[in-house]
Amino acid sequence: AVAARGRAAMCSGGTLSILRSDSYAELSQYRDQHFRGTRYDQERLLRKSCTLYVGNLSFYTTEEQIHELFGKSGDIKKVIMGLDKVKKTACGFCFVEYYARGDAENAMRYINGTRLDDRIIRTDWDAGFKEGRQYGRGRSGGQVRDEYRQDYDAGRGGYGKAVQCQ
Amino acid sequence: MSRRRHSDDSDAGQPHKRRRTSEPSEIEERLESLICRVGEKSNSSLESNLEGLAGVLEADLPNYKSKILRILCTVARLLPEKLTVYTTLVGLLNARNYNFGGEFVEAMIRQLKECLKVNMYNEAVHLVRFLSDLVNCHVIAAPSMVAMFENFVSVTQEEDVPQVRCDWYMFAFLSSLPWVGKELYEKKDAEMDRLLSQTESYLKRRQKIHVPMLQVWTADKPHPQEEYLDCLWSQIQKLKKDRWQERHILRPYLAFDSILCEALQHNLPPFTPPPHTEDSVYPMPRVIFRMFDYTDDPEGPVMPGSHSVERFVIEENLHCIIKSHWKERKTCAAQLLSYPGNNKIPLNYHIVEVIFAELFQLPSPPHIEVMYTTLLIELCKLQPGSLPQVLAQATEMLYMRLDTMNTTCVDRFINWFSHHLSNFQFRWSWEDWSDCLTQDLEKPKPKFVREVLEKCMRLSYHQRIIDIVPASFSVLSPANPVCIYKYGDESNRSLPGYTVALCLTIAIKNKASNEEIFSILKDVPNPNQDDDDDEGFTFNPLKIEVFVQTLLHLAAKSFSHSFSALAKFHEVFKTLAESDEGKLHVLRVVYEVWKNHPQMIAVLVDKMIRTQIVDCAAVANWIFSSELAHDFTRFYIWEILHSTIRKMNKHVLKIHKELEETKARLARQHKRRDSDDDDDDDDRSSDREDGPLEEQIERLQEKVESAQSEQKNLFLVIFQRFIMLLTEHLVRCETGGIDVFTPWYKSCIERLQQIFLQHHQIIQQYMVTLENLLFTAELDHHILAVFQQFCALQA
Repeated sequence: AVAARGRAAMCSGGTLSILRSDSYAELSQYRDQHFRGTRYDQERLLRKSCTLYVGNLSFYTTEEQIHELFGKSGDIKKVIMGLDKVKKTACGFCFVEYYARGDAENAMRYINGTRLDDRIIRTDWDAGFKEGRQYGRGRSGGQVRDEYRQDYDAGRGGYGKAVQCQ
Repeated sequence: MSRRRHSDDSDAGQPHKRRRTSEPSEIEERLESLICRVGEKSNSSLESNLEGLAGVLEADLPNYKSKILRILCTVARLLPEKLTVYTTLVGLLNARNYNFGGEFVEAMIRQLKECLKVNMYNEAVHLVRFLSDLVNCHVIAAPSMVAMFENFVSVTQEEDVPQVRCDWYMFAFLSSLPWVGKELYEKKDAEMDRLLSQTESYLKRRQKIHVPMLQVWTADKPHPQEEYLDCLWSQIQKLKKDRWQERHILRPYLAFDSILCEALQHNLPPFTPPPHTEDSVYPMPRVIFRMFDYTDDPEGPVMPGSHSVERFVIEENLHCIIKSHWKERKTCAAQLLSYPGNNKIPLNYHIVEVIFAELFQLPSPPHIEVMYTTLLIELCKLQPGSLPQVLAQATEMLYMRLDTMNTTCVDRFINWFSHHLSNFQFRWSWEDWSDCLTQDLEKPKPKFVREVLEKCMRLSYHQRIIDIVPASFSVLSPANPVCIYKYGDESNRSLPGYTVALCLTIAIKNKASNEEIFSILKDVPNPNQDDDDDEGFTFNPLKIEVFVQTLLHLAAKSFSHSFSALAKFHEVFKTLAESDEGKLHVLRVVYEVWKNHPQMIAVLVDKMIRTQIVDCAAVANWIFSSELAHDFTRFYIWEILHSTIRKMNKHVLKIHKELEETKARLARQHKRRDSDDDDDDDDRSSDREDGPLEEQIERLQEKVESAQSEQKNLFLVIFQRFIMLLTEHLVRCETGGIDVFTPWYKSCIERLQQIFLQHHQIIQQYMVTLENLLFTAELDHHILAVFQQFCALQA
């Protein structure tokens, strides 16, 4: 116990800001606009969250694949697949909740920006899953980004909804 | 009329206070930034930057001396890869301000003592090296440095101290010599010769029982896996033979020789190594990982030999860079690639070797495994024309040497390679590895390919794997991960329990409750006993079989479906699995249903432990059971066992933490009461306040003891089963006159080693029990050797 306290004293008095840099694990600029509560509450929750939002998944990526990949940074408590609100099928995002925040931080450092199903996936801190958040918020039932995009993406239903309706 | 505002009043006594509190920290930040950034890419030369910075700092000394001291001591400790840049800076400051130089040396000694006291040995080495390079900068007098090293080396004469303590002091001395050997030898050759001969005799007499446990390969060819002190000694001996000529280290102070040699030097105060205490924890010994030599890059610059001091310095610096920047993968990759000496050394090869050295390090890598995968990907992005080829070459070499690679390291190789491939569309020249197809499937190479393909499948899907490998590799392809439901076919209707299974299926689909399930199960006869008691809740394997098979089959669609099923029918599970045999049988049935889908088995076992349907000991017994013998050497089995042990360990820590926190709360409550008391104590009321907390502490104390007992029991079960299994094999081989070293045996004995290595801190607590109960002298020497090697790690 003495050694641990001494160590802590050394570390707090003597570290360098360049070595403290942890940009991958920081909060992004994104804030969920549907969050119920103050900005302050939201950021407090984000800073202690063990839950990550994962985006740019293929519609065909399974819970099992996500579990395998994200399990590399620690024990997963739960994976919640994002669903199309109408069709109730996977629509390209999910939530991954860890037991320990440190494991989620490692996912942000080492899994964010790498590939799953050949797609570069993106992870971000999430304030915590609440019922209803597993559904896409786009008008057609999927994610908003798939409403308006112009490109063809075979893993995300082809063309964006706006293009499809033309 | 006074119109003084309220704010003026509060400031009246200290008009500048508000401004002053923000300024100093800004200045400190700026100083820290200036100091940390020197040596980075710049338009001016390093020399002119150092000179400029020395001037700035010298001017700031009157006001910010303590801050500058703190920052410089910290960079000495935490940025060893820039050692010579900062020693030069200190040298320039000392030349301009002798007192400052003296104060810096004193501060460094204080910091060194602190590090040693709190077991920060790796950082202490950097401080020692810094001090020794200060000799080159004319800050410290060579004879006083030699005197310090004499004190270090004399630690090897201490009695009744762990070898690892002497090892550290020896390492601190030897590893400074690449920087300062020449200077020290020129000034004090007789003393240095004496030190070196004392070193030689220490190294000859020290124990090396621990070495086999830490080697990545068991073979000495093509590169021996040397013990770290032996390797360093060979390097220093060669350096001495080369008359201490060392050409790799960048020495900015050489450019300032004329200034520095005018400076007055300081003597190091006599340094007595702090004595060994019970709390001292020294670094564990290491084995030096080598996979490349000069023949591997015939067209590029020559790779320094394994016993050259250049090799040592390069590896040290690259490891330090990773240690500094492990959280920032892009920065880490960039810093590695901009290591100086780029065109004189095959840097890509050094980087790949150092990264694999860490990834394969035993007992554990310094950082989380997935970091290395992502770091290598970043490096490939920055050097797309060269690094991928080196990596492919490395992979090929590792594959070729699988036969003698430690099983734990093979696990890490499997995880790395499959994850890496998944980022590159699984492109690989599998045909190059067709040699493994003709071998026995239990041999390391085909086993490796099988496990890699299975992991690749987990990151994608079954058909993808079939598509990416040549048809000839189908024998190694993973099974389609489908569920096996024994009551699924009409043709199975003769099986006992078939009708109940149908009944259950319908009930569950109709959202039956736990009670309804219980009543359906009541009708299941118990093949084990003739008289069921009324409740029918004793161990009934058929009940378990029917229920678990049916439920898992219905919930087979995804992990979430299965987890929901476990949660919904938790009560049924708990009841059926109440006894130890019940728990074991549940695990057996899970395996029977999901043997094609090891990933599903792993997540189900995890969930069942966390929801207390089974306990850790049951999982351990199940893994060693005869039903699993066929899969015993498969990677997923060991992932499950180690995950189980980790859960047990985390559980103990968690309750411990709760206990400590509650004790702290009680202490705070006492303190508050003591400080609030001005009148007589009312003993009764204080007891009443303490009551609930004290009760809680008692309960938690019991919980801790019971958890620790469970943890101890888990390890005992595991070690006992290992001993039984290995002894059986050894006896069979001896009586049959066959060679003990089958692929199975190698795998099994290394799995035993892996238990010790991966959980060494916990196991240390139970050493006495293990020694007295299990690892006694009567044990076969093959098995006992593993235990003795483990003991040697902290001896």
